[in-house]
Amino acid sequence: MINAVSILEIRDLEVRRGGVRVLDIPGFEVLDGEFLSLIGPNGAGKSTLLLVLACLLPRYRGSLSFRGASVMEGNGLMGYRRKISMVFQEPLLFDGTVESNVASGLRLHGVNRSNIGRIVGECMERFGIGNLKGRHARKLSGGEAQRTSLARAFAVGPEVIFLDEPFSSLDPPTREGLMEDLQRILRETKTTAVMATHDRVEALRLSSRMAIMKDGRIVQIGDPGDVMNRPQDEFVASFVGVETVLSGKIVGSGAGTVTVQVPGGKIESVGVGQVGDPVLCCIRPELVTLSTGSPTESASARNVLPGRIVKVIPMGLFYKVNIDCGFPLTAYVTASSVENLTLAEGSAVCSSFKATAVHLIRK
Amino acid sequence: MDLILEGIKQAISLLFTLDPEVLGITWLSLAVSGAATGISLIFGMSVGTTVALTEFPGKRFVISLINTGMGLPPVVVGLFVSIFLWRNGPLGFMEILYTPTAIVLAQAIIATPIVMGITLAAIQHLPRNLRLQILALGATRLQMVWMLMKEAKLPLLAAVMAGFGGVISEVGASIMVGGNIKGYTRVLTTATVMETGKGNFDIAIALGIILLLLAFAINSLLTAIQQQQRPR
Repeated sequence: MINAVSILEIRDLEVRRGGVRVLDIPGFEVLDGEFLSLIGPNGAGKSTLLLVLACLLPRYRGSLSFRGASVMEGNGLMGYRRKISMVFQEPLLFDGTVESNVASGLRLHGVNRSNIGRIVGECMERFGIGNLKGRHARKLSGGEAQRTSLARAFAVGPEVIFLDEPFSSLDPPTREGLMEDLQRILRETKTTAVMATHDRVEALRLSSRMAIMKDGRIVQIGDPGDVMNRPQDEFVASFVGVETVLSGKIVGSGAGTVTVQVPGGKIESVGVGQVGDPVLCCIRPELVTLSTGSPTESASARNVLPGRIVKVIPMGLFYKVNIDCGFPLTAYVTASSVENLTLAEGSAVCSSFKATAVHLIRK
Repeated sequence: MDLILEGIKQAISLLFTLDPEVLGITWLSLAVSGAATGISLIFGMSVGTTVALTEFPGKRFVISLINTGMGLPPVVVGLFVSIFLWRNGPLGFMEILYTPTAIVLAQAIIATPIVMGITLAAIQHLPRNLRLQILALGATRLQMVWMLMKEAKLPLLAAVMAGFGGVISEVGASIMVGGNIKGYTRVLTTATVMETGKGNFDIAIALGIILLLLAFAINSLLTAIQQQQRPR
């Protein structure tokens, strides 16, 4: 349950490392109960921001507040640190059994022994590692180790949990299972989570909000669907998987739609604008439909463009098809479509997409 | 060949008859080197850990100094400790030259950089994020250091062994600051040197064997602690 109340808030943040500015965030907040993902390429500052939020890295400038109260180095810091928890990419387990690892945070908090036993037992069950309690931490598989690390972080009953690429060293089936469990546990415990990741699929799947980072700044933050479909600039567009970004100029404007002239063709898009405005047209590959029949078949789409296939690239669960329809266009199609339509390099194909599938970025 | 066999025979009889002089020497060796190692652990581990965990200008230089100290020649230590403790020396007023205390002091100076260097390397070798992970679990700074030391238990016990091994087998400094006084500052190594010089190979061999057994016993004990609870 997400309340629109902020639990963590940052103002005028600047972090330097070796004299170089690595984070520059004028304002940022984490909402109570949300799952916020920080995504961006390596070196964007995601992990640094997590460490600053956890108050594990000194700020050069700026304030951090938790439920309205300022968090500063010194006396109040321990109180804050005991309300949060963190999981890193590496499980970082201690020398000892799974049970002693899960108990470690509680022991540091000074919780009494009988309560520790009960909480640890519950936590291990929750993460499906109850059967491993006597196992030594060094004898665990990658997935089991990360489950132990998560259980240890949850055992202390944090109000906010910070996750730094928690799934990136796991194989896909293990990752899948753990993500599912994490999502359920976060819901059950009503814990707020902030996760750094470079995997947009992971972020989309778990997040209620998503922030895109680049060079120590947050370039866009919002609802995942919004960020995915309405990127603010070319960088965000390419990072969230928009394959086609075309630069053009508005040549016609009608009732809620515009016509954009791009090199090699025209695109109909929803939106408003003045004739002559320069824009970028973003088209998500999964919103492009391919057909080999006559163009009239896909009449509901405003953009129907005959063209030729340049390349068909297998991507595992789907195929990526590069088309030349005057301008380069990319579509994702299923394996069965590739087979049924006999899509091959050089073959003629008709691409169509709706005017609503085009997102315009004003330049 | 006879010499060696004769020596070993004599050694065994000395060992089994529990010769009071030999026992005294053994006990003093153990006490002096044990105390020196204890002191070196206090200084070596605390400074080693602090240097490993803090960033400051000139850190590399300090680390190379500590590493150089790990190879400190005992005779050089003996020389400087002697000068300091000499009657007219800066610490002459303490009047501890040629006492067991002087040997403890010299041996502690030898063992401290060894313990410090290994501690430093052990703590630095831990994963970078482990510190942050411990703090994020709500540890105070002291709890964090304690947990890091527990994680580095293996190399830290190796540091204890290296420190103790370095001083129990050391002879130069002990002779220089202790003086090899019979029944007072004579330890296993200094006694071995003396008996060999006198041509009493049997006693020298006996003392040598005791020294080896002692080192073996102490290290076995430490190894047992080190290897306990290791996952199989």
